[in-house]
Amino acid sequence: MNDILSWVFEHQQMIYIVILSIFLGVEVIGRVPSVLHTPLMSGANAIHGVVIIGAIIVMGQAKEDNYLALILGFLAVVLGTLNVVGGFVVTDRMLEMFKKKK
Amino acid sequence: MGISLLVIAYLIGSVTFILGLKMLSHPDTARRGNLIAAAGMIIAIIGTIFLYEKDGARLGNYAWIFGGLVIGSIIGTLAAKKVQMTAMPEMVSLFNGMGGACAALISMVEYDHLRHEGFIVNGGPVPAGTLIAIVMGLIIGTVSFAGSVIAWGKLNGKIKDFVFKGQHMLNMLLLLLMIGVAAHIVYWGAESSALMFYLLFVMAVVYGVMFVFPIGGADMPVVISLLNSFTGVAAASGGFLYNNPVMLTGGILVGAAGTLLTILMCKAMNRSLQNVLIGSFGASAQATPGIAAKSGGAYKEISLSDAAMVMSYANRVMIVPGYGLAVAQAQHTCHELEKLLESKGVEVLYAIHPVAGRMPGHMNVLLAEADVSYDKLQEMEQANEEFKTTDVVLILGANDVVNPAAKTDPASPIYGMPILEVEEAKTVIVNKRSMKPGYAGIENQLFYKPKTSMLFGDAKKALQDLIAEIKNV
Repeated sequence: MNDILSWVFEHQQMIYIVILSIFLGVEVIGRVPSVLHTPLMSGANAIHGVVIIGAIIVMGQAKEDNYLALILGFLAVVLGTLNVVGGFVVTDRMLEMFKKKK
Repeated sequence: MGISLLVIAYLIGSVTFILGLKMLSHPDTARRGNLIAAAGMIIAIIGTIFLYEKDGARLGNYAWIFGGLVIGSIIGTLAAKKVQMTAMPEMVSLFNGMGGACAALISMVEYDHLRHEGFIVNGGPVPAGTLIAIVMGLIIGTVSFAGSVIAWGKLNGKIKDFVFKGQHMLNMLLLLLMIGVAAHIVYWGAESSALMFYLLFVMAVVYGVMFVFPIGGADMPVVISLLNSFTGVAAASGGFLYNNPVMLTGGILVGAAGTLLTILMCKAMNRSLQNVLIGSFGASAQATPGIAAKSGGAYKEISLSDAAMVMSYANRVMIVPGYGLAVAQAQHTCHELEKLLESKGVEVLYAIHPVAGRMPGHMNVLLAEADVSYDKLQEMEQANEEFKTTDVVLILGANDVVNPAAKTDPASPIYGMPILEVEEAKTVIVNKRSMKPGYAGIENQLFYKPKTSMLFGDAKKALQDLIAEIKNV
């Protein structure tokens, strides 16, 4: 119990960020017209690619003789990049078609 | 100095994500919003590579990092550029799965690392919070990965629906078992065997597969959206692990937004999210196809020249696009037909059901590709008003979203789902490849109504022929 309380205390800022971000996420999406649902889902998909940062950290900290960490870390970087790059490019392609028409 | 710059880089990243999502909600700013979020992402990534430090040590293994980034970028760009418009939902699902896998891999490496260090961090035992973050990243990331791959396979037809009795119970049991094993790992820390951790991974893979397997019909969009928000949460647990604010904001934003989007979609189809979670749609849809099939009766076909005639002399034609249009890549031909009819003084509108196709907004994207103007696209409520004064409704490969059983047959698995009430119009012409039921596997009484006539054939071919006929009228 004490463990949990002290963890909450140490991470209070993060907990605030989480709670505020939940409200923010709901607010921001709440006004999206259904026309944009697919691009939005795809855009959000690209944004959670931010997990790549964790992959970079894991990769950057892997010891040279720890092959498991090196290989898994490398794989994580590749997959994370796929998520980010692919996600943003696909979204851009979809939105390209939404150009203003006269 | 470096570390403060990193804080600023992360701040920029977080703000661009919020701005990006907000701008994505307006047609005028959406594209810029996407680019802004991408720019923020690049800043956060570069910042991490060059400025991140832990206990005074910078990151190493640059060759590996850049190698991975380059390989990922090349494959990602190629895949995203090459993919057909119809295959877009699959692609999004696949990219989502990659993100989930990434989160799971991070958890694996970090757990392995902890094990090497004898579960000692900063001179003390590992805090439970760290282990929770690792285990959460593993479970959610893996489920999202496995589920997304199955969703991808289902959407492109490689994987068929698969249902057996007691599947819900098994899924629930598996979920409980996973929570149990996770609790064991967190509680026992160093004393828990590494085997438990890998067991958890295997269970998460199985759960992800079982979770998506039985789901079919018009419900795939809901699943992708849900898995999308899962990956968001998995990314956020990485944020907890590294005390990394940009991962946290990005992940939670997507988690929250994705969940809301999922709930909105569920509402549109009159399902509860709980129903989705235990994977039960497909099961009920498959149990009933026989009943309605019997009561079918006779349908009538319409010849091309007749169809061309009715449409040319109509005051208003409403087109209801569905997956059939997407499969046939008929959006451009459809736009052509629209222009031709307009030149003859016929008003042409499109009625868009929120879950037509394989993804919310799927039809909007397709029609936008073909340069169909926005104001011609009517959302469901508007369209249902307009049908009353419409002469001809042309249904192009849509089925479940116009199935009157959703209103009239309480036994139908789609009962309660709002539909496009095309019967209100004077005439309904349905273009389909055959009389086979739609994706949800339910017979459609609409096709047997006296108002309805069928125009069989591939949507593109049928539209081309129709255009040729109308030109001759």
